Amino acid sequence: MAQIDTGGGDQGKSKQKKMNARVDFTPMVDMIMLLVTFFMLCTTLLKPQTMEIVMPSDKEDIKKENKSQVQTDEAITIIIDKDNKIYYFEGKPSEATLQETSYGKDGIRAVLLNKNKQAKAEVDKLKKEFEGKYSANAEKDKKNKAEFKERLSKIKNADGTPTAIIKPTDASTYKNLIDILDEMANCYIGKYVIDKVNEQDKAMVAGLAK
Amino acid sequence: MGRFRVKKQDTFIDMTPMSDVMVLLLTFFMLTATFTKEEPVKVNVPGSVSEIKIPENNLLTIFVSPEGKIFMTMDSPVGQEKMAQELIDNNKLSLTAQQLKEFAQVPTFGTPLNTIGSWVDMEPAKRNELLTKDSGAGIPCDSLNDELKEWVIAARNANGENMGIAIKADKNTPYSSIKEVMNSLRSIDESRYNLITTLKAGE
Repeated sequence: MAQIDTGGGDQGKSKQKKMNARVDFTPMVDMIMLLVTFFMLCTTLLKPQTMEIVMPSDKEDIKKENKSQVQTDEAITIIIDKDNKIYYFEGKPSEATLQETSYGKDGIRAVLLNKNKQAKAEVDKLKKEFEGKYSANAEKDKKNKAEFKERLSKIKNADGTPTAIIKPTDASTYKNLIDILDEMANCYIGKYVIDKVNEQDKAMVAGLAK
Repeated sequence: MGRFRVKKQDTFIDMTPMSDVMVLLLTFFMLTATFTKEEPVKVNVPGSVSEIKIPENNLLTIFVSPEGKIFMTMDSPVGQEKMAQELIDNNKLSLTAQQLKEFAQVPTFGTPLNTIGSWVDMEPAKRNELLTKDSGAGIPCDSLNDELKEWVIAARNANGENMGIAIKADKNTPYSSIKEVMNSLRSIDESRYNLITTLKAGE
C-alpha cells in the first residue's frame, strides 16, 4: 500500500477542475447605468431655435430707402405697447386711423393676411405644388426644399406686398417682439423693419386710449 | 425508485445583453452630448415658429436678463481668450497672463471692463453670485458708456467674419434693454444676428 491517496477517484486520473467561464457583469452594468444617467441629465438634445434678423445699419443710403418705403400705401405700422396691447394703422400716419387688435390668429394675423392676400394665395398654390413632391431620395428632397425656399422668398418680396413697420415701445417685452416677428413669418411678409416710436405714434396711442 | 429531488435553480442572470444595450445608449449620449453652459441667470426664451438652428460654433451669445443686465459668452474658450487678448492689446482691459488664462475658462462673464480682473480672481463659486446679485454687474450698454460695443468689436476682430452673434433674452425683458443692445450693434454695423427662441407648437 505505498500508493498515495490523491483523494480522487479510484481510476487514478487527475481530473481538471472545470472553470466557470461566466463573468459577472452586474458591476459593469451598474457603472454604465450611472454614466448613462449622467449624460442624459447633462445634455440638451434640443438645440434652441433662432430667428435671423437683419437690421438696417446707420448708413445713409439704406436710411433713405426706408423713408421712401414708409410713404407708400403698402405700409402697415404696428405699435407694440405695454400689457400685451398692440395697435396698427395702414398707410401714412397723418391720414390713417389707429386701431387696437390682439395677438394670435384672430387678431393681428387676420389683419396681416387680409393685407397680404395676394402673397397668401400664391404661397398656398406653391405649397400645393410641392406637397406631392416629397421624395425619399435625400438629395432630391434637399433640392426641392431649396427651390421651395427660393420661390417663397420671391413671393414674399414681390412688388405690391405690404411692408410692415414694427414699433415696439420701451414698456413692451421681448416676447411681444418675437410674437410679432413670428407673425411676419406666418403671414409671408418679407419686408419689415423695426423702428423707434416717435411722438406722433405716442400721441395716437394716447388719443385712442381716451 | 429514487428520491424526488427539487432541481436546483440557477440564480445567475446573464447580464451581457443588458450591458450591450447600455453601452450602445452610453455611446449615443456621449456622441450627441452638447453640454449646457452654466448661465448666471435663468433665461426663459420665448417660443417662435422659426425652425432655423443656431450655428454650431463660433458664436457670441449676448444674454439679457429680465432686469436688463447684459452678460456675454463665447462658445469656445479659445475664442474667448482671443477676444480678451484683443481688448488687452487695445489697452481697454488689463489682465495678467494668469488672469487671462482663467478668464478663458469662465462660462459667462459680464462686469464692467475695469472690474474684470478682480472678478476673475474670485472663487468660481462666488463669481456667478456676484453676477446675479450685485447691481453693478452686467456689461454697461448705454450711450455714455458702451462697453458692449468694445466687446463685440474685439470678438469680431479676434474671431473673423463668420462669427455669429446671438441675442438670448428672457420673455419678460423690457424692450428698452433689447433696444440698447440692438442700437449698439447697429452703431458698429453688425446688422445680422440671431434671436434665440424655443420651438412653439403651431396654432
